[in-house]
Amino acid sequence: MTPGEPLVRWDWLGSHVDEIAFRLWEHFELTSIAIVFGLLIAFALSLVALRVPRLYPPITGVTGVLYTIPSLALFAFLVPYTGFSILTAEIGLVSYTLLILIRNIVGGIRGVPAEVREAALGMGYTPRQIFWRIELPLALAVIFAGIRVATITTIGLVTVTALIGEGGLGYFILFGIQLFFSTPLLVGAVGSVLFAVVVDGALVLVQRSLTPWSRVQ
Amino acid sequence: MSLIGEVARWFADPTHWEGPHGIPVRILEHLELSGLAIAIAVLIAGPVALYLGHTGHGGFIAVNVANIGRALPSFALLGVGLLIAIALGLGLGFWPTMFMLVPLAIPPIVTNTFVAVREVDRDVVDAARGMGLAEGQILRSIEIPLGLPLILAGIRTAAVNVVATATLGAVAAGGALGRFIVDGFALREHDQVVAGALLVAFLAVVTEVSFAALERATVPAGMAASR
Repeated sequence: MTPGEPLVRWDWLGSHVDEIAFRLWEHFELTSIAIVFGLLIAFALSLVALRVPRLYPPITGVTGVLYTIPSLALFAFLVPYTGFSILTAEIGLVSYTLLILIRNIVGGIRGVPAEVREAALGMGYTPRQIFWRIELPLALAVIFAGIRVATITTIGLVTVTALIGEGGLGYFILFGIQLFFSTPLLVGAVGSVLFAVVVDGALVLVQRSLTPWSRVQ
Repeated sequence: MSLIGEVARWFADPTHWEGPHGIPVRILEHLELSGLAIAIAVLIAGPVALYLGHTGHGGFIAVNVANIGRALPSFALLGVGLLIAIALGLGLGFWPTMFMLVPLAIPPIVTNTFVAVREVDRDVVDAARGMGLAEGQILRSIEIPLGLPLILAGIRTAAVNVVATATLGAVAAGGALGRFIVDGFALREHDQVVAGALLVAFLAVVTEVSFAALERATVPAGMAASR
């Protein structure tokens, strides 16, 4: 960013292809770990909330508080205990996915029409079969909407974890800011947005193949 | 010694409350940044969303702005904001942070304001039109007052998000409360890091609570009774 320097130095890009690929992979890893663990925890808590409706408000209350804590502050609270580590990053990232996922899982399953449930019951389905074969598949569209929002949010938040030594493409943003070097900064900024767009597109395709009936309307 | 004790000691140290790097100054910087960012966002997003909501045009745009907003990573915005600020000769810290905060604040304001105006009972609007109110009057004296709680809810979402994110400005050499966290990370001073995090979380909660109170206070008397 010194005067006269071009905004993007293509030679830098050319000589850092390996590192960019590595950081992109790291970004993918950090995001997928967060989404997988977020889904597992959210699914378990949703099952509890569906079984005992009384517990739904406290569950969304607590995850709502987690969701409101500023990301940098949450990482700051964790660093004294878990250090500058991938664990610190993931605890933060996972806790931000929970509210969105739980709302969509519970909402999706509660949104299944009662007639459908009764028809399945009349056909002799057990409650367990109704859940796995009727309710869950029908709720998939809503659940996927939640997964998409959670994933896009996580991809953005991963960049912030650069401040605790992780970061994926966020590493380049931090590097660029600290060195006033626009090329890596733009690689990180544009790269993370493009990555989010590509992943979101991929999730739409996965959802369409999992819920073929939602295409015919 | 326990971390809680260290943090308590950090807060008890009078030197942390004085001078240009003290807690009160940092809080003021934080509020100044956040307040200005919200004000700019309201000035940009408000008129557009009110117009779209009143005419019923552009619902697609209004809703999609929110989705785009979610995809904007704050840290990437800060980086690009820094480039813009330097290109315009505005320097480090304040303006790069502002360029990050305003785009983050706009989407929830647009979406909520649009929905707030759209959701006002169309019968009420038609009645007002039948009584001879001009379009501007309908917007000012019917749609905005009735939609105000929802409009404020959008500004609240934006404000809490802005207060939380303003912390990142410290990475671009900004002031505000993020300074304690970023400097604490660099110096490996856990007491300072946690103290900074507590201050930010506190400010975010205060913002949330004050806006919630404001929303309750601005519900028109007629609507409050019917609830």
